[in-house]
Amino acid sequence: RMKYSSRLRIRRVYAWRGRHSSFNRKLKIYDYHSLAISVEGLPRITIINIGQHILIESEDEDNPYVAKVVRLFGDESGKQKKATVQWFVRVSEVPPNKLKQLGREPHPQEIFFYQGRSCDDEVNAESILRPVQHVDGAAPFPDDGDRDALYVKLSWDSKNFQMVDSDLMDSAAAPPSSGPACRALPTPDPAVMRRVASGEVRYSRATASAGKPCHAAEAESLHSATKLSASKCLSARRRNTTARTPGVRKKLALCSPEKKSMSRDDVLDQLLDEDLESEVMLAQRLSSSPPHTLTLTHRLTPLRKPRMKPSTVIINRLQISEMDSPPSSIRVDDSTRILKDESTSLRLGLVSVSLFRAEVDHEDSPMLPVTTPRSSKRKSACLSSSRIRKQLNLEEQQDVDSDADDVDSDADDADEFLPSKKELQSSSEEEEEEEESVLDSEEVVNQRESFFLYHHLKSVFFFLFGQITPGTPRTPRRATPSIPSRSLPARQPANVLEEARTRLHVSAVPESLPCREQEFQDIYSFVESKVMDGTGGCMYISGVPGTGKTATVHEVMRCLQHAADEDEIPPFQFIEINGMKMTDPHQAYVQILQKLTGQKATADHAAALLEKRFSNPAPRKESTVLLVDELDLLWTRKQNVMYNLFDWPTRRHARLVVLTIANTMDLPERIMINRVASRLGLTRMSFQPYSFKQLQQIITSRLNKVKAFEEDALQLVSRKVAALSGDARRCLDICRRATEICEHSAADRSATGLVAMSHVMEALNEMFSSAYINAIKCASVQEQLLLRAIIAEFRRLGLEEATFQQVFVQHQALCRVEGLQPISVSEGLAVCQRLGACRILLLEPSRLGVLQRVRLNVSQDDVVFALKAD
Amino acid sequence: MSKRKVKDDHMPVGECITQVQEVFRERFCCQKLPEQPEGVESQHKHLLELLKRTAVHGESNSVLIVGPRGAGKTMLLKCVLRDLLEEKEVQKNLLQVHLNGLLQTDDRIALKEITRQLNLENVVGDKVFGSFAETLGFLLEALKKGDRSSSRPVLFVLDEFDLFAHHKNQTLLYNLFDVSQSAQAPIAVVGVTCRLDVLELLEKRVKSRFSHRQIHLLSSLTFPQYAERVRTQLSLPDDFPDDKFAQDWNASVKNLCEDKSVEEVLQRHFNSSKDYRMMHMLLMLCLSRVSVAKPNIKPADVLEASKMCFTDAKANMLHGLSILELCLVIAMKHLNDVYEGEPFNLQMVHNEFKKFLHRKSSSMYNFEQPVIMKAFEHLQQLELIRPVDSSSAKTQREYQLMRLMLDHSQIMEALQKYPQCPTDVKQWAMSAFG
Repeated sequence: RMKYSSRLRIRRVYAWRGRHSSFNRKLKIYDYHSLAISVEGLPRITIINIGQHILIESEDEDNPYVAKVVRLFGDESGKQKKATVQWFVRVSEVPPNKLKQLGREPHPQEIFFYQGRSCDDEVNAESILRPVQHVDGAAPFPDDGDRDALYVKLSWDSKNFQMVDSDLMDSAAAPPSSGPACRALPTPDPAVMRRVASGEVRYSRATASAGKPCHAAEAESLHSATKLSASKCLSARRRNTTARTPGVRKKLALCSPEKKSMSRDDVLDQLLDEDLESEVMLAQRLSSSPPHTLTLTHRLTPLRKPRMKPSTVIINRLQISEMDSPPSSIRVDDSTRILKDESTSLRLGLVSVSLFRAEVDHEDSPMLPVTTPRSSKRKSACLSSSRIRKQLNLEEQQDVDSDADDVDSDADDADEFLPSKKELQSSSEEEEEEEESVLDSEEVVNQRESFFLYHHLKSVFFFLFGQITPGTPRTPRRATPSIPSRSLPARQPANVLEEARTRLHVSAVPESLPCREQEFQDIYSFVESKVMDGTGGCMYISGVPGTGKTATVHEVMRCLQHAADEDEIPPFQFIEINGMKMTDPHQAYVQILQKLTGQKATADHAAALLEKRFSNPAPRKESTVLLVDELDLLWTRKQNVMYNLFDWPTRRHARLVVLTIANTMDLPERIMINRVASRLGLTRMSFQPYSFKQLQQIITSRLNKVKAFEEDALQLVSRKVAALSGDARRCLDICRRATEICEHSAADRSATGLVAMSHVMEALNEMFSSAYINAIKCASVQEQLLLRAIIAEFRRLGLEEATFQQVFVQHQALCRVEGLQPISVSEGLAVCQRLGACRILLLEPSRLGVLQRVRLNVSQDDVVFALKAD
Repeated sequence: MSKRKVKDDHMPVGECITQVQEVFRERFCCQKLPEQPEGVESQHKHLLELLKRTAVHGESNSVLIVGPRGAGKTMLLKCVLRDLLEEKEVQKNLLQVHLNGLLQTDDRIALKEITRQLNLENVVGDKVFGSFAETLGFLLEALKKGDRSSSRPVLFVLDEFDLFAHHKNQTLLYNLFDVSQSAQAPIAVVGVTCRLDVLELLEKRVKSRFSHRQIHLLSSLTFPQYAERVRTQLSLPDDFPDDKFAQDWNASVKNLCEDKSVEEVLQRHFNSSKDYRMMHMLLMLCLSRVSVAKPNIKPADVLEASKMCFTDAKANMLHGLSILELCLVIAMKHLNDVYEGEPFNLQMVHNEFKKFLHRKSSSMYNFEQPVIMKAFEHLQQLELIRPVDSSSAKTQREYQLMRLMLDHSQIMEALQKYPQCPTDVKQWAMSAFG
């Protein structure tokens, strides 16, 4: 895909069309009406007019930006071409959390009228890709994947969704919006869909897999892809024709040739994606010989009476001549053959039907019919599809009959066309066949002026090159797992102690974060300044566990997000990854990409996509704030993950702020190689362990006037924890445990109901006292004897290590002293193993038997103390 | 059987014995839970309340149950769960995930097992999990979606908890504890381990997220309690079908426990270990001697059973050796005495053996070198001797250094019991100098 985009950039040539419409003397700016885009080496031109909807290059090729041209202008030299646009936002560009406001699943093709202020509406005209079909108003979304049209229903102002104000939309665009915009969306007929499903799948997949939806197909493709029945289309058209003005029609008429040529280009673009071979073939086929070798045959219905009974078949030889010529570049020859046999028409049913601006040029343009030999292998495929077509024909005929009157009235309203069943024959348009084809007049009525060159070509190519290879198979839609919800609601805390316990749970979100005001301020201003300037940067935050690093960053983000909502700072996107929550450092790419765009990709692919996203300029980009928690786990041998994370913010167009969190202060010096550490920079911050005063303040603020602790008790906890680790989590856990102990003891004696010193002491003992001494006290007689034997042997040897055999000798002696029956070696080994399992002893593997060496895991003094106290 | 229970007081003895064995087998082998765990009431209460808060209030918790093997950790947990699930509110809500460090040897397997036990794998059609990373992401997302008040609480029981700490990066533990300390789906993590130093195994980030609640199970059992427990364990329940038989049995058990020799045996077992499983083993051996001809346990049975429990495996193996092999072992013992535990090789042992033959051999005569070699190798196969260094390829077999893996007492004990051991061999073994 990258190959594709680079080629695109190289090849596109942009030029103004016609003379400038106005000239601003002060600014030395010329205004233009339209812009022509051609692709180098290919004889076709795409015309962009003011008021058209266009696609603009973005870093994500699958989803280029959508906008509407408001103004086209350039400087004197003609080098600088600019366009003022009204932006539309795609679903993927709206932050996922905001999407919830929508209250429904967004349609993949849905776009939103953008009313935010943070985006520059002036773009370089050379980033324009092509026009796009767009539909607004209350039309329903089609059910299946129509890739070509975009739907506008709501507007988005970076905070809320609103109904689209049509006045607003019109005022945003200087000329009134173009024809297709008012088209309602017909719904597909399930019966037809079912019937054609088999034949159609291939076609639609081909479009989708080409990596880029073919927007240029305009209405034809819209209909074809949605597989509509003719009757539905008809009614849809009827509804809308009333609203249309002749002016619009005219405009459309002028546009159509460009559209046609563009569609060809799209086919080309698609094919450029494919292997080189196909490209070569294409070149031969399309662009090499000036008198174009493509000859298409299609029917045009007579403009007069749709109800005409005798079937008339007009077979046109159409030639596409030099592409730079204006609309009349397509000539239609009327040399026709008329076949009278109606039955043949039914047999061979359908041919590619073309819509064309008949009024404009089909009468006066003479042409040279050129026939190109085509591969004949398609014939067999044609046969099978023709059967389906026939079936459809019959059905459609009935529909048309019933709608005949309406058709009459629409007869001259020729800018619209109905879908023929041309997509049914997607794999097989054959001129040989077409020449024999006979048209039923009823059918002709429907298909009048349809121009299906685009599809025609596409299907031909599709057939020629076989199945267009789909890209990497998409992983299935993201699963949305969740823990089932409980049948009974959770109970609420009933008394003061329970209330305190809920508030003291680490997971409880406190009202504020006391004692980290300075750090909060520093991080806040760092991120704020970067977001304001639209630049990037890195920050390294260190501190021992439980000192509030992640909590502070989250709090900062919450505040900044609030500020962004209030429009104090530009909107930004916040994403978070955690080194501990991934299985491999390279998964970082996958997670970042997924949180950023919702795409799923392999690690390598994700890295490439991110690289592109952060290094390429995009006209419209929000800042991204990335929090990397547990940074040390992203360490790899080559450190490329860290390198990339710190390198991206330095790119000019990245607008990426990276906040990294780890435990050790000197992590950059210790594990990072120079080029990584250098990119991380020197913006560092370290979170000191909490002092006892701070811990006390934290508990007090969490309790928030819930009186559950005595002052002394709080002080004891905080002093104890501050002395040990300064870990706020520990502090909260101890307090929680103390409330439990208090609750239990409250039953016995009539205490104050507050957590007192004694409770805290008990909790502290439980959590911090070593179990070894107790375990030795509770050990069996032989186990204690063995420990004594070990100590005796150590003292004898003067070493801290002895073999079991040596210890066992001592043990036997001690048994005799104590008046116990000596134990066997097996039993002695079992005793030894039991102590080893508790890790009071450290042992070598047990297969060494009596030769295994024994060590104490507790200090000798502790053992002696424990045994003496007995 | 239940029909008879009511009226039929007298069953044939054979039937009774079958019944008795059924009752005790369930008690000793199937780990039937006692009505009320003994000696651990406070721990029981602590754990029960903790889990109840998770189940009822949706409060996340983490706790470790630590105690030596056979102290009743799993029994305690099972009792607590049984009592917990008696409450309807809990029963409807609580989801359980049981993992064992010996089965889930790495995080990938553990995660798969968790998703399986939570029935999450079928949530989205028949989605098959591809990679480890996907499974982790999937599970974390599932847990993240929940919140305190609305999601069903999940109980994670990690048996052999210490083994989970050896997984790479301790990813599973970090994530479980992290969930338990953040406002996600309520979970309770219960670790069961016998290692007292388990906290030192946790990485500092993981440790910080663990709530540091530890329930220590250390049995402070005294001998009278132990003896009493033996008696209750051997007593028949009140609902035994045959009242008469049950009364007789219980009386005989009471007498048995008051017997001096039995008390001595029990004392010896108590001194050796307070492990309940060891006691059950002893009682099971006693029980297997009960038959129709002898419908109660005699003190002699207890003595026999105790002897079986305490037999020395290595000494038993010596009984199966040939005289030559035994002579070699004795020669090794003398070498050990002389050289104070320094390793020896075949040649040295052979020389020592030849010395013995020269001096006072009446029953033994010299063997060929290959025969000696074969006997030596047999001893090595039985792991009665083992090479000093494992790289045995370099040196010739005759000169490879070996160590004896037997204690002197074991050799002497074996010689006493060895059938038809020649007297001069016995004397040689007992003499101080080779």
